[in-house]
Amino acid sequence: MADALLSVDRMNKSYGALVVSDSVSLTVAPGELHAIIGPNGAGKTTLIHQLSGLLPCDSGSVSLAGEDITRLPMPERARRGLARSFQITSILPGFSALENVALAAQARDGSSFRFFGAAANEPALNEEAMAALREAGLGQRAHVRAGVLSHGEKRLLELAIALATKPRVLLLDEPLAGTGKDESQAVTRKLAELKGRFAIVLVEHDMEAVFALADRVSVLVYGKVIATGTPQDIRGNPSVREAYLGEEAA
Amino acid sequence: MSAASADVSAAARPSRGWTGRDIAIAVVFLLLALTPLLARFGAEGFLVGMMTRVMIYAIAALSLDLILGYGAMVSFGHAAFVGIGAYAVGILSAHGVNDLLIQTMAALIASALFALATGALSLRTKGVYFIMITLAFGQMIFFLAVSLSAYGGDDGMSLSGRSTLFGANLFSGVTPFFYLALACLIGIYLLCRAIVASRFGRVLRGAKENPTRMEAIGFSPFRYQLTAYVIAGMIAALAGVLLANQTGFVSPAYMAWQRSGELLMMVILGGVGTLVGPIVGALAFLLLEEQLSHITQHWKMIFGPFLILLVLFARGGILGVAAKLSGRRDG
Repeated sequence: MADALLSVDRMNKSYGALVVSDSVSLTVAPGELHAIIGPNGAGKTTLIHQLSGLLPCDSGSVSLAGEDITRLPMPERARRGLARSFQITSILPGFSALENVALAAQARDGSSFRFFGAAANEPALNEEAMAALREAGLGQRAHVRAGVLSHGEKRLLELAIALATKPRVLLLDEPLAGTGKDESQAVTRKLAELKGRFAIVLVEHDMEAVFALADRVSVLVYGKVIATGTPQDIRGNPSVREAYLGEEAA
Repeated sequence: MSAASADVSAAARPSRGWTGRDIAIAVVFLLLALTPLLARFGAEGFLVGMMTRVMIYAIAALSLDLILGYGAMVSFGHAAFVGIGAYAVGILSAHGVNDLLIQTMAALIASALFALATGALSLRTKGVYFIMITLAFGQMIFFLAVSLSAYGGDDGMSLSGRSTLFGANLFSGVTPFFYLALACLIGIYLLCRAIVASRFGRVLRGAKENPTRMEAIGFSPFRYQLTAYVIAGMIAALAGVLLANQTGFVSPAYMAWQRSGELLMMVILGGVGTLVGPIVGALAFLLLEEQLSHITQHWKMIFGPFLILLVLFARGGILGVAAKLSGRRDG
């Protein structure tokens, strides 16, 4: 696809004999929500790690808006508009929710090699952070220490942090992981709101959410993409049913 | 505003009022400033000298707290920088350069270069490896000093006199030198405080809590950590400049690993990541050392276990205990 925002071309990764990414190719168009599903151990998180630059890939390439970013480390990719969330919540627990997000705004806004002036009092950063928090539905919790937020709120905080980096592509690694029913509905609603405004790669186990949100779905099994298509295609695909949906769909 | 006010972090809100810590440090500085006056009434002339020593070590401990408490960099070679500062004074004065500003500039430049080179390598490692590699670099410069036979080698060397400022011998008296050290301490404390609260400091603190998160939003922690390491090294070198001047003597012992250990103890004793703690810690450490050594020559037998007990049972050091006590009283 020539107009893909994010494209992955025959990416490989193995740990010794264990192949975790086996010639993975996929594309994400601007505004598209591309879901990645697959059984446990299929290499979904590894894929997100490689896309975000946390893990290097052995071969193959990743490009963002036509630019090759295969060799760029994570901070550099983040500055170019690749934001991510983590399967296991990754926040700064000792900072307030607002400061967690303000740091993301700070990363984009000029140099951070400034040694004077209290960063916590910079109105521009705080306003941007507040806007991202409100967007994630956490406006009321801005001054709470992030470590004491509920699990669902932490998931939303991760989303707010990602939004504050003003991303072009959002890489979301199981944003619903560990959330209760109410919380997962809240996060799903947020994702539906964000859909279309950003290109999103969504790794998720919650099939209900995936089929409700995704424009396209790729199925990853043992590190290999065995099928890519619309949710309807995937539901009807016999090899997908066999490999993954088997019991659930039956 | 949220109802859960107990969960609200104090640091998160811009506050104009004085916190308990602000009052504590203001009292400490005020008492220090009055020390020469108090000493005049008693016969304890040594008190001013003793407190000068405390302040010099407080500056070094403060710089260690900057990287340890806010950057999670446990350096076991921090005394090397104190030694570099002291040797800058010693070597220059051996060649007839006695001006304090020139000596200080030389100390800052030498320590910055050393910190840049060793920090760039040390920061490739984490945890206990970082401790060991900083220890190794500290020992390296220690043995370099021992081998400097032209500058006294193992025995060190005496200085001909205190450093001068633009040719004037301003700091030869005990009291003027005391106030020089106090001015440096206050200046360094305010500097560190500004750094910690600044954009730079926020990135450093964030990288301490969760480096992966910081990378995911676009920061490379290494650059910030290395910069902090260099700043801390330069501040410790300033302490070295003062120390050489106070003792009138420079020796490799200043950068022995035991000195690095003592600096760590001062920070831990006072309270890691507080900036006030290291100052209180240096005071407590050196006064205890002084008092115990009067009681018995085997004072380290008491001092060692005491420190271990304190670290085990008084989490957060003296400042942590004080905060807990004042919190109980307020509650």
